[in-house]
Amino acid sequence: MTFDLDLIVLYLPDIVRALGVTILLWLAGSALGLLVGFLIAVARRYGPRWLDWALLAPVELIRGTPFLVQIFLLYYGGPFIGLSLDSITAGLLGLTIYGAAYYSELWRSGFVAIPKGHVEAAQCVGLNRTQTLRRIILPEMTMLLLPSMVNMTILMLKETAILSIISVPELTLAVSALGTKYYAFVEGFAILALVYWALVEACSALGRYAESRLSKYRFAVS
Amino acid sequence: MSWKLFWLLVEAARLTILLSVISVSIGFLLSSLVCAAVMSTHRSARIAGKLFVSFFRGTPLLVQLLLIYYLLPQIGLNVPSEVAAIVGMSLCTAAYQAEILRGGFSSVPRGLIEAANMCGFSKFAIFRRIRLPIAVQLTIPALISEAIMMLKSSSLVSVVGVVELSRMAQDLAASTYRPLELFAAAGLIYLIINLVVAGFGLQLEKRMQWGRT
Repeated sequence: MTFDLDLIVLYLPDIVRALGVTILLWLAGSALGLLVGFLIAVARRYGPRWLDWALLAPVELIRGTPFLVQIFLLYYGGPFIGLSLDSITAGLLGLTIYGAAYYSELWRSGFVAIPKGHVEAAQCVGLNRTQTLRRIILPEMTMLLLPSMVNMTILMLKETAILSIISVPELTLAVSALGTKYYAFVEGFAILALVYWALVEACSALGRYAESRLSKYRFAVS
Repeated sequence: MSWKLFWLLVEAARLTILLSVISVSIGFLLSSLVCAAVMSTHRSARIAGKLFVSFFRGTPLLVQLLLIYYLLPQIGLNVPSEVAAIVGMSLCTAAYQAEILRGGFSSVPRGLIEAANMCGFSKFAIFRRIRLPIAVQLTIPALISEAIMMLKSSSLVSVVGVVELSRMAQDLAASTYRPLELFAAAGLIYLIINLVVAGFGLQLEKRMQWGRT
């Protein structure tokens, strides 16, 4: 097994560009997923009953099927219902929908976990609904949900690798292309794994740091 | 979409189920070893266990599968792609299951272990009678979700050429040019399998309420 490092150096600009696409898709997909997931969670908890039921089905459909099948459906099936997207847009949309379903469940678990007494106490001291939400519910929820949100966001990064299958020009696709060109699959994928590993570890380190900064909002869960 | 096509998908789904069951089972056996390593008193075993868990949880399964698929022949193991797929899936799920088991074992109340100690239970008896049953009880829900996760992730082995459910859907979509119906049908089959597994998990949880007050 020859380990050709020169190859990596030669194609470094391509790889860096592909890494940029991966990170961009990851961050954009996660941010949009978080936002849409929050809206879904709010609609299901505070909206009318029928809305809760109407949103249950799509969320469970997304959570019960593989991401790969979802993006195939979107990318290859989309044009048949007039939704012709290029691979990057389809990838981002797929990531957003996928993330939104999972994030919405996390947000919902957060709403449930805030003790009623905290909300009542806030009302007693004269906070209005917005203030209660902003000063009590959201900070406490952030603290409570942070670990699982970080986990989900890490999962989102790993799911971006799957987008290479619909030829989104991200990191895994770039490395696979190099592998095909020079028959250097093993070293390519080994380095690829290390890059993802580093990103994931960095993300979870950031999560731990945020957790320690936000620990003043922690409350005992009984 | 004709029944014939749908039937082909169902046939392929059998391989999906088979791969998942084998991998989750091998993964469970491996994960007990990894969990033992992570919780052991030997520093080097702990570090090795933690590295294993961190690597396989920290990299995409797709990349792991590709790496293993190309690595095995290079080290002289010419195995069919199904075997490479099982190796990759087992290693990945072992890392996740090890982490779940570790969580379970560390949630066993210390008081129970101390009480058993006072009653003169041997170390093995404590493990067999107290720590293991409680840890299993605590981890069943998480292990079931991990099994469902693996069922969904098994779609990724299509990239190393294993013709399971999602690969069959891809091939049929390419030849019949009806991707919409085929991928929707494949998704539906995954959903049904997952619902069955989830239902089975709930039953299992109900059965395992020993010692609960």
